[in-house]
Amino acid sequence: MALLSVPGAHVVPEARDALRAGLHVMIFSDNVAVEQEVALKAEGARRGLLVMGPDCGTALIGGVGLGFMNVVRPGALGVVAASGTGAQQVACLLDDAGVGLRAVLGVGGRDLSEEVGGASTLQALALLDADPGTQRIVVLSKTPAPAVADRVAAAAAACATPVTLAFVGPGRPDLTAVAADLAGDAWREPHWWPAPRERGHAPGRLLGLFAGGTLAQEAAAILPRAAITDFGDDRFTRGRPHPMIDQRARLDAIAGAGAGDLLLLDVVLGHGAHPDPAAELAPAVAAAVDRGAAAVVALCGTAADPQDRDRQAALLVAAGGSVHLSNAAAARKALELTTAPGDDPPAAGEVGA
Amino acid sequence: MRFDAAPGVVTAGVAVLEDALRVQGAEVTPVAWRPPPPGTADALAAIDAEAPNQRAVARLLAARPFLVDVVPAREAVPALAAGRGLLHAGPPIGWEDASGPLRGAIIGALLYEGWAADPGEAAALAASGGIDLAPCHAHGAVGPMAGVVSPSMPMYVVRDEESGTVARCTLNEGLGKVLRYGAYGPEVLDRLRWMERVLAPVLRAALRRHGPLDVRALGAQALQMGDELHNRNRAATALLLRALAADLVEAGATADVFRFVDGNEHFFLNIGMAASKAAADAARGEDGSSLVVAMARNGTEFGVQLSGTGDRWFTAPATVPDGLFFPGFTAADANPDIGDSTITETAGLGGFAMAAAPAIVRFVGGDVDDAVANTLAMYGITLAEHPAYQIPALGFRGTPAGIDATLVVRTGVVPAVNTGMAGREAGTGQVGAGLVTPPIACFADAVRALAAIGSGPGPGPDRGGSP
Repeated sequence: MALLSVPGAHVVPEARDALRAGLHVMIFSDNVAVEQEVALKAEGARRGLLVMGPDCGTALIGGVGLGFMNVVRPGALGVVAASGTGAQQVACLLDDAGVGLRAVLGVGGRDLSEEVGGASTLQALALLDADPGTQRIVVLSKTPAPAVADRVAAAAAACATPVTLAFVGPGRPDLTAVAADLAGDAWREPHWWPAPRERGHAPGRLLGLFAGGTLAQEAAAILPRAAITDFGDDRFTRGRPHPMIDQRARLDAIAGAGAGDLLLLDVVLGHGAHPDPAAELAPAVAAAVDRGAAAVVALCGTAADPQDRDRQAALLVAAGGSVHLSNAAAARKALELTTAPGDDPPAAGEVGA
Repeated sequence: MRFDAAPGVVTAGVAVLEDALRVQGAEVTPVAWRPPPPGTADALAAIDAEAPNQRAVARLLAARPFLVDVVPAREAVPALAAGRGLLHAGPPIGWEDASGPLRGAIIGALLYEGWAADPGEAAALAASGGIDLAPCHAHGAVGPMAGVVSPSMPMYVVRDEESGTVARCTLNEGLGKVLRYGAYGPEVLDRLRWMERVLAPVLRAALRRHGPLDVRALGAQALQMGDELHNRNRAATALLLRALAADLVEAGATADVFRFVDGNEHFFLNIGMAASKAAADAARGEDGSSLVVAMARNGTEFGVQLSGTGDRWFTAPATVPDGLFFPGFTAADANPDIGDSTITETAGLGGFAMAAAPAIVRFVGGDVDDAVANTLAMYGITLAEHPAYQIPALGFRGTPAGIDATLVVRTGVVPAVNTGMAGREAGTGQVGAGLVTPPIACFADAVRALAAIGSGPGPGPDRGGSP
């Protein structure tokens, strides 16, 4: 297969070449026109090849993570993911619950849109359904276009393998709830590390500074009034590396937090990601905490990730943050800290399992 | 898709992701990728030329060019039948922009035709616009170096028996002070007249006795004897003379004809150029195709044409070749790149076939490894391997043939071109030989234009369509 991560403006001819060479293609690049995506996926389907992406950050095939992927235990669950960090979050939480993965097939964030029509999702479903090693499948996406949702539901119903459709978003179960559902009896609540000194109510701004798009959206659903920035969005990645690799833009934003502000960050571990994110983030967080800010961190990783999850957590806790393996839990912690005593928590109450 | 074993992964892009794969034990095949020239990304994404390119290159490869006749240019090229017209090499150009060698060749042609009495009068006539100048390529012809063709000059006529496409080229004058390098002294004009009155008629008669001569078969054999058929035509010239010798004798050829051919190692070149032109022209006119069907220089500009962009030229300033100089000359004496002989590279010969011609490096510079490397690099920008033109040293692999302009732009690898170098001053003649680096800008422009046609409402003016 091919893994393409050249700038999105240049990736289409490379993807075409890969398909014509008979390769499945994962397009990590973003900034690709939707009509090009449609054309590439149509060609892939004609050739019996899967086009993962554009803007596909995560896959796991044959035990090898492509793009950003955590080190998870092998298992029988196949994941079709229109959401890279969503898949990583679910995979990590399942890993902690002892549930392993067979494969993660990313399809790109737009696959279940009206225009793309779920082209790769349907192909990926068929591939996993045909794989004897896959005993259960989950399709993970933000809420699709209605017609596409119907089509995917019909395809899922036709699979011999049991399929869970996990469409996340406002008013829907969060990623942690999805993982809990998939883990069943094996589930246990994700671990978290409290901040060394709980500051109580944070009266200032809530600055949500995210590297993972789905994690940002999940936080935004729980914190509808907060300013949540997804640094992995197209408009931030044009001409620069992904924020999971290059943290400079987020470090600059952390430097802007002052007294009374609350920082909400995600830190994503695993292959492809920064080799030691906390080494850069912790000093910036510590400085913000010294200025009177508070910090809550969602740490998306497994115990086997190369960055050493415990050490990452320890550095971030030492910097003054609370650290949560569940992104939803981190967002709720932020909600708790920013809700003044006596206030009704905002609409976020509807969100969650 | 296999889920049980680590996949082999071809990668292009971010090194961090590549490293992550290696750490996990995947077999990684990184592809060298570099950004294309600014302003080409949208065009490259829009152009999907696979099918039209396959059709176009199939015609290039299928061509079976035969030398069928030798006739005066006024018969071979209808545009030269009446009036005062000249053809020249490369994309269109006027006297005011012409370089020294082209001006010299124009002066020489005007003197040869008797349209001017002396060089001063000839220059004044050309400068006044009294002469119609047109590219050889626009009239199914090619010309080496200045490529100037006047009505009285004899031309080879080559026909592709597969498509019926006909191409023409003048006869080669030899090295040194010759018209194609811009020389126009009495000895140059005397030689042209001898070629017109003695050489051409006897060649024509011999060819008619012999019958159409299979240029592709002869070229294929010469490649196996160490020619690359642009700057080295030694074997092909010998083979040609051998093939025609009996008929030449029977047609009454005198010793001076044989001595002339023997004294000109490039005698075959012009026949090979016409054969390449016939093959390239057969590949023209395929809508949507990014196949290069002409690369040519007029001494001022380097120009290309694509199969899918009609007769439109895409040009950029020509550069001075890099190579070896004849004794007494230096780079300062060299004119920018000139001539239609790059039609050989367009058809998969010349610089593309250098691996077949290790001895060429003594003429154009570099070492044998460079020659092989040039050929190997060209496989990266071509659509096919030539079925007839094979390279023994590469296990009889076909030469890289059929340049895809999108691959040139995407890879930054420009066609390898062997060429002669003309003196900058009119009348100097050849000063050396070497390799040219074609400007990538003209390929980028061509690719943009092809994309614009594809996304437009219909045929553009360059393709002769009406709104």
